[in-house]
Amino acid sequence: MIRADHISKTFEGRTVLNDISVEFDTGKTNLIIGRSGSGKTVLLKSLVGLHDVDSGRIFFDDVCYTDLDFRGRKSIRKDIGMIFQGGALLDSSTVRENVRLPLDLFTEMSESEKRDRVDFCLSRVRLTGADHLYPSELSGGMVKRVAIARAIVLNPRYLFCDEPNSGLDPQTSVVIDNLIHDITKEFNITTIINTHDMNSVMEIGEKIVYIHEGHKWWEGSKDDILLSENPELNDFVFASAMAKRAKSVAR
Amino acid sequence: MISLFENIGRYFMLLGKVFSRPEKLRIYNRRIWFEIEALGFNSISLTAIISAFIGAVVALQMAITLESPFIPKYMIGYATREVMILEFSSTVVALILAGKVGSNIASEIGTMRITEQIDALEIMGINSASYLILPKIVATVLFFPLLTLFSIVVGIVGGYAIAYFTGIMIPGDYVEGLFYYFEPFSITYAIVKGAVFAFIITSISAYCGYYAKGNSLEVGRASTRAVVASSITIMIFDLILTQIMRV
Repeated sequence: MIRADHISKTFEGRTVLNDISVEFDTGKTNLIIGRSGSGKTVLLKSLVGLHDVDSGRIFFDDVCYTDLDFRGRKSIRKDIGMIFQGGALLDSSTVRENVRLPLDLFTEMSESEKRDRVDFCLSRVRLTGADHLYPSELSGGMVKRVAIARAIVLNPRYLFCDEPNSGLDPQTSVVIDNLIHDITKEFNITTIINTHDMNSVMEIGEKIVYIHEGHKWWEGSKDDILLSENPELNDFVFASAMAKRAKSVAR
Repeated sequence: MISLFENIGRYFMLLGKVFSRPEKLRIYNRRIWFEIEALGFNSISLTAIISAFIGAVVALQMAITLESPFIPKYMIGYATREVMILEFSSTVVALILAGKVGSNIASEIGTMRITEQIDALEIMGINSASYLILPKIVATVLFFPLLTLFSIVVGIVGGYAIAYFTGIMIPGDYVEGLFYYFEPFSITYAIVKGAVFAFIITSISAYCGYYAKGNSLEVGRASTRAVVASSITIMIFDLILTQIMRV
């Protein structure tokens, strides 16, 4: 479980997060949705500690992350996997080296154990045989899958995904969504996904938090969205005329 | 002025992170060898070409300038050696490498910053500053003094070659000048300067890249800042080291 308790964040006088309190459940795919510039990326980066919040507290299970010093945070970070929007793979390393890096730095595994673990993670994201390639030689979908493999290589308890479907075609997006969803269930991870993709919301969104102008505007499940009367949420989720018609039919 | 002090403060804070205890020394050793190849070996050809030509030009200029029956010809070899050891091979090569290696480091780390690769390392619990910058500093501080010595040798050979092929002087006189009033400490001086300048180039360039933000334009600007700041700092430290280690 990850819990944010009244967190706020300001950049150069502009309030980006305003008194947000939210809880993300273990073993579920939790989604943060909102318009561009609504503050959802800042929320995600604040949760993982890439931004320090101005006020409020963040808890990873029972541990207050915001109260920890550098060493304490480092121990929690080893339990965190994160998939960045662009993949954020190390350009100068091959797929295998990228996935293996956390094992090299934080485990005492033997060479064969590391090789087996990397092979397992690559097979889990269906990338067996691509281990010798460099990031520049991969397609967008492959980059995201390597990022997932790297994120899960240390068996994380928390998985953060920043717009994992951006720049991908609808079919590949579904593959990535299902992969993240399956991994969440398989390893009972607390997963938080930051997304614009309404297909993801309706496919894998078990808990959805809508951020609007730095405030938590709404939260619920994918089924609740269909019934919601919240005008801002409806304008965002059902932006097109076709989506509005779909909603009225569904209701 | 405030910005200058702010940058100096952030630079030293970054150095504090860089020199904190590494996660696993074995991984760092591997990266140091990688950086020696990337930043050191790949600079050999540029250093060789420039040093050979400068050595030749210095010898030629000396031959023209010292054209007097009262000045012995071996002074050309002597002057060429002194110029190469005391200033050219350490300072000028460092300025050239500030352009090549400095911009390379700043753009590499800057790109890693804007593409969130550094954030990814931090999330994994890796001290990104130490992991990325320390191997580069160790590699250049170890290798640049060798590059300085290499430059001295190549420059002196360049001077010999111009004497041999143009006939402006007897090569034997040039060689005699090379050994005339030789002070071995000047080699130590050149090595120390090489190591200090290597540290300056690498750490300042890494700092400029590490704090780059925005887009590719900013990476370009960080790269330019790295070259300018490294070059100015090298000149300041050249003055300081020359005063401290007067040969």
